[in-house]
Amino acid sequence: MNCNPNVKTYSLFVLFFVVAACLCFAQQASQIPESRRIDADELVKILESARGEKALVIDVGSHVLYSQAHIPGSEYVGPASTENGLQLLRKRVQALPRAQFIVIYCGCCPWTHCPNVKPADDALQALGFKNVKTLYIPTNFGTDWVDKGYPVAKGD
Amino acid sequence: MISPLANKKLLIGIAVLSLLSAVFLLARSRFRHTRALSGQQSIAPDFVLPGINGGAVQLSAYRGRVVLLDFWATWCEPCREETPHFVELQDKYRDQGLQILGVSMDDNAEPVREFYKQFKVNYPVVMGNARIGELYGGVLGLPIAFLIRRDGRVYVRHDGATNITTLEAEIKSALATKT
Repeated sequence: MNCNPNVKTYSLFVLFFVVAACLCFAQQASQIPESRRIDADELVKILESARGEKALVIDVGSHVLYSQAHIPGSEYVGPASTENGLQLLRKRVQALPRAQFIVIYCGCCPWTHCPNVKPADDALQALGFKNVKTLYIPTNFGTDWVDKGYPVAKGD
Repeated sequence: MISPLANKKLLIGIAVLSLLSAVFLLARSRFRHTRALSGQQSIAPDFVLPGINGGAVQLSAYRGRVVLLDFWATWCEPCREETPHFVELQDKYRDQGLQILGVSMDDNAEPVREFYKQFKVNYPVVMGNARIGELYGGVLGLPIAFLIRRDGRVYVRHDGATNITTLEAEIKSALATKT
């Protein structure tokens, strides 16, 4: 089929734009399926419940932010957007049974911009963990957790 | 040979797709949340922090200038998007008394130095810590920016990516007052 050269050029431009957008979104939290997300109030209920499955809660974001405020009992491994952070995450969960309930969270940035939770989720999926949830934080940890009065701990 | 009508339809289709993609990306990049500062009009807490290029930077040394105190990090995408605008604002309003001061919340200074060079940052950047975060009411998400008046009082706080037009209007307003 012969095609107008202008249309061809424009089509290539749009194709490039769409591919670039897809690549950009590939590492974003919004790519995590809803079935693998957990809301803050649900997590709080689980953490406060004496019965039921115990969750291993892991912060995969910035240490400076973790030091100011984090979920009590949560462990810090490092930003999962870095190779070092991912290695620390893998090391932490390596020996755990693959059915272990794990909750990862960050809250450094709005959900659509978080660079950490998607790589962390990918890493845990790749290791075969079947019960992983990512805490859904729409804006940031301050707005969606601390300001809402959920329990908070400070320090390392 | 494709017919002119088919060509026209194809062009319209591509244009609609481009428009939808642009609107989607714009909405995404403008996800922002501005909240009133608790303690607005209060004196911005003073601090001394290490500059990424050596030396120490003290906030109160800029008393008499309007300060845009920007908490950011190299891994924070909205922060990266804002930086070129901040560089422009610093150039544009330097002579009228604007001083931008970046507080990096990165865990180490190396990527910050690289970023500083890459983006040709024209204002001081210091390394932040948990203590300064707490001093400013908790920096528990990035970016967060405080616009501080000449008298050292906080004029406004922005949580999330800042609308540059709004911010520039606020800067002009702060620069226009003597205090």
